[in-house]
Amino acid sequence: MATYSSIRYNFPVVDATTSAQVGAGALTLIKELTASSSATLSFVDGTSSVVLDDTYKTYIFKLINIHPSDSDNVNKISFQCSTDGGSNYNTTVTSTAFRAYHFEDASAAGVGYRVAWDQAQGTAFQQVSEDLGYGNDENNAGELWLFNPSDTTFVKHFTVQTSINYDTAGNVNNFIAGYFNTTSAIDAIRFQLLDGNIDAGTIKMYGIA
Amino acid sequence: MTEYTDIAYSPLSAGGSMVLLQEQEASSSATISFTSGIDSTYKEYVFRYNKVSSSVDGGMITINGSIDAGSNYNVAKTTTFFAAQHNEADDDTDLGYNTSKDVAQDTEEAIISYGTGNAADEIVDGYLHLYNPASTTFVKHFIGNANTKHQSDYSIQSLVAGYFNTTSAVNAIQFKMDQGNMDTGTIKLYGVN
Repeated sequence: MATYSSIRYNFPVVDATTSAQVGAGALTLIKELTASSSATLSFVDGTSSVVLDDTYKTYIFKLINIHPSDSDNVNKISFQCSTDGGSNYNTTVTSTAFRAYHFEDASAAGVGYRVAWDQAQGTAFQQVSEDLGYGNDENNAGELWLFNPSDTTFVKHFTVQTSINYDTAGNVNNFIAGYFNTTSAIDAIRFQLLDGNIDAGTIKMYGIA
Repeated sequence: MTEYTDIAYSPLSAGGSMVLLQEQEASSSATISFTSGIDSTYKEYVFRYNKVSSSVDGGMITINGSIDAGSNYNVAKTTTFFAAQHNEADDDTDLGYNTSKDVAQDTEEAIISYGTGNAADEIVDGYLHLYNPASTTFVKHFIGNANTKHQSDYSIQSLVAGYFNTTSAVNAIQFKMDQGNMDTGTIKLYGVN
């Protein structure tokens, strides 16, 4: 007879594309970081209880109430990964980006590709949002999936979806995907704004068994 | 005998971060409302709706929020909505934004899925993430994804996002068809630790 432990992981996690599709019991909270005027938020394997190795084949980072500190209009959420324990965040990326938008005054709406956000073998931080609003109640939420980062044979894919308050009052639904074009193991990930600090917010890191 | 589904989604699942809080089953239901369990316990909630059938052709699932535990569902919200579609005849595909299905500061319901047919095998499945609804500082974002069996024999994926534009705590969520009822189906509410 199947035991509980053998049954509960019998879920096609590889088919899931958001955490809503993952069975309870499969999603394990690893680390939670809270921003406080933070320039960066980093998860480094082996540091501060963070596990980012072959323990899990899939990692999820949930962004909740990310709020920028600067009052300019270039507050975009971004991330990069490291293959040297966080000494350098400059892994080569090729990515795609598109987004849907709609203003509160209903003056404009649409969906389209964002050439300015994607990268082709770039090493910059990968933008994963349109410009964030900086009003006191404005924030961002979403999640990033990173697949099999410790593999030393294949490149490492990622997918991101975020919903934000646009800086000109509206909603933007952002979709970014791509791969880190390396066969070295990724062992650290860093989030930051492309300008300014993360004034407040939480990033939670999960592993999927 | 305990079945897989009973075990995997049990709140007692050891080590799991998704906790099943409530499950409601549709039965010719005009609305399905979650008026408890949405508070500051979790920073993220997930609604999964499965096998929801419509009493009429073209019924679309909508949501609204409440800041008074379900007495009123009328929170202002702004959303985006786009969809991809492909028909069974394999002669039509499309990807595009739907200005008729988004809302801008609207207190009425917001559509989160394309319409499904009311034939016996036609349903809609999907999920909706709701972030930190108890916050009294920030607006409340949500992200949804649904797939519909349309009455014209299309598969349609609906991608929606938006926010309840309030700094009051949102403490109840209501699901409703834009026309007709939810004949069958379940909606489950999870908290994410």
